[in-house]
Amino acid sequence: MAAVLPAVSALLLAAGLTGCAGGAPAGMAGASTEGASGSQTLTVFAAASLKSSFTELAKTFEAQHPGTSVTLSFAGSSDLATQIGQGAPADVFASADTKNMDKVTGAGLADGSPRVFATNTLAIAVPAGNAANVTGFQDLARDGIRLVMCAKQVPCGAAAATVAGKAGVTLRPVSEENAVTDVLGKVISGEADAGLVYVTDVKSAGGKVDSISIPEADAAVNSYPIVPLAGAKDKEAAKAFVDLVTGPEGQQVLAKAGFGAGSR
Amino acid sequence: MTRLARHPYTGIPRWVSALAVLAVAVVVLPLVAIVAKVDWENFTTLVTSESALDALGLSLRTSAASTLLCIVLGVPLALVLARSSFPFQRLLRSLVLLPLVLPPVVGGIALLYTFGRQGLLGATLQVLGVQVAFSTTAVILAQTFVALPFLVVSLEGALRIGGHRYEAVAATLGAPPGVVFRRVTLPLILPGLASGAVLSFARSLGEFGATLTFAGSLQGVTRTLPLEIYLQRETDPDAAVALSLVLVAVAVAVVSLAYGPGTAARRGLAQRSTPPLILERSVK
Repeated sequence: MAAVLPAVSALLLAAGLTGCAGGAPAGMAGASTEGASGSQTLTVFAAASLKSSFTELAKTFEAQHPGTSVTLSFAGSSDLATQIGQGAPADVFASADTKNMDKVTGAGLADGSPRVFATNTLAIAVPAGNAANVTGFQDLARDGIRLVMCAKQVPCGAAAATVAGKAGVTLRPVSEENAVTDVLGKVISGEADAGLVYVTDVKSAGGKVDSISIPEADAAVNSYPIVPLAGAKDKEAAKAFVDLVTGPEGQQVLAKAGFGAGSR
Repeated sequence: MTRLARHPYTGIPRWVSALAVLAVAVVVLPLVAIVAKVDWENFTTLVTSESALDALGLSLRTSAASTLLCIVLGVPLALVLARSSFPFQRLLRSLVLLPLVLPPVVGGIALLYTFGRQGLLGATLQVLGVQVAFSTTAVILAQTFVALPFLVVSLEGALRIGGHRYEAVAATLGAPPGVVFRRVTLPLILPGLASGAVLSFARSLGEFGATLTFAGSLQGVTRTLPLEIYLQRETDPDAAVALSLVLVAVAVAVVSLAYGPGTAARRGLAQRSTPPLILERSVK
């Protein structure tokens, strides 16, 4: 007993210290069996903000292409770009910004050039009821307003900094989060008086947050590019999925989620 | 113990040894990978950037504070668990150890709904003018929440092994409980307390999930080293790797401090031959 207790605590300690480890999923190697059944898997890596739209579009794609099932992997664009760089078995990549797309195209991992299929702009999210009475971007700098936004290292934070510069407002957030979903979470829970998120995040939160639009947001429009990947097992299927997203059906689904139209 | 060590039994089946080697690889290989990935040329610049130093300083300060809090709260708790018996004691022990197995993010959510604005104590704290969320206090609370079980486990083990003969003797000699605690119990459990405190410090230093969920992330206020690593990874993987190595080095130092040869935790309490009984002042 004397030896067991510290040993167990040391083990648990190690688990706590090392935190999370990334890496490519190992279970995808079996998809190469294109036997008599003709069934195959298309793997799409997409930015986290595309979750609801792409889940719907994947169902549409499966209905249009019997025998093909779509596997979706949602994460931050930079994580996805890193995973693709490390050899993760993806067929299509949809990024929330051009910078992370450039990482993939720059490494020669894309098949053709990316197409911008959607845009997103910032909005102010406040807890339902807007207790702090935030009415515009200037209010975010008011004393006593607890503002949460993204860190400048991630796209939503860079966009927020651009908009703040355009509006001539110095922001002093109480927290700079890694992901826009973390910002939204802190607004929904009422810990923050206001948060800078994307228009699509406000939509996805339903009635849990109120939103105030920002006229200056046009200074930082985020473009979402998509591209079939060079390592795709079925290049035709990958191209067909990109066509669906950039086509009228895809654009309709994305507009419903609050995205701006892509340039195509 | 020492007699066994002099004539060890070495009949280990080969396949067991092979699996043991594999186990070592599972732990050591990722660490080797970090060392191999470090950009040594720019290492100093990477780990001494303003944000990195802020994060390291904050990590050290908050971990020290939470370790202190763990000692203040954990020693009495371990004593109560080890030395008394009452209904639901086993249940209480399981509850106290829960943060050991709970995902930290769950701890963060729990803390948010305890100390947050809309939380259980939120209204009370607001009346008192105390704002916990997004403050350094929140970081310390999150760290204490996850680190406390380490101290309690180490200490309760030490207390149980030590037994309570010495305390009983001191009491029969007329020492009141307060004196017994200060003059007998405390010196007896000191090695266990030391290793427990080191482990708590290390766990606090590594705290990530609960902090991110509950305290937020702001340079110099709530962004501790693990959070800084997580953020740097977005734009500067080299900085993230370099800072990771700093935390690995700290972890190695802590583990060797707690379990290395000749340390208090290794010597243990069972081998103590002379009781630290200095009771002349209390026994009149």
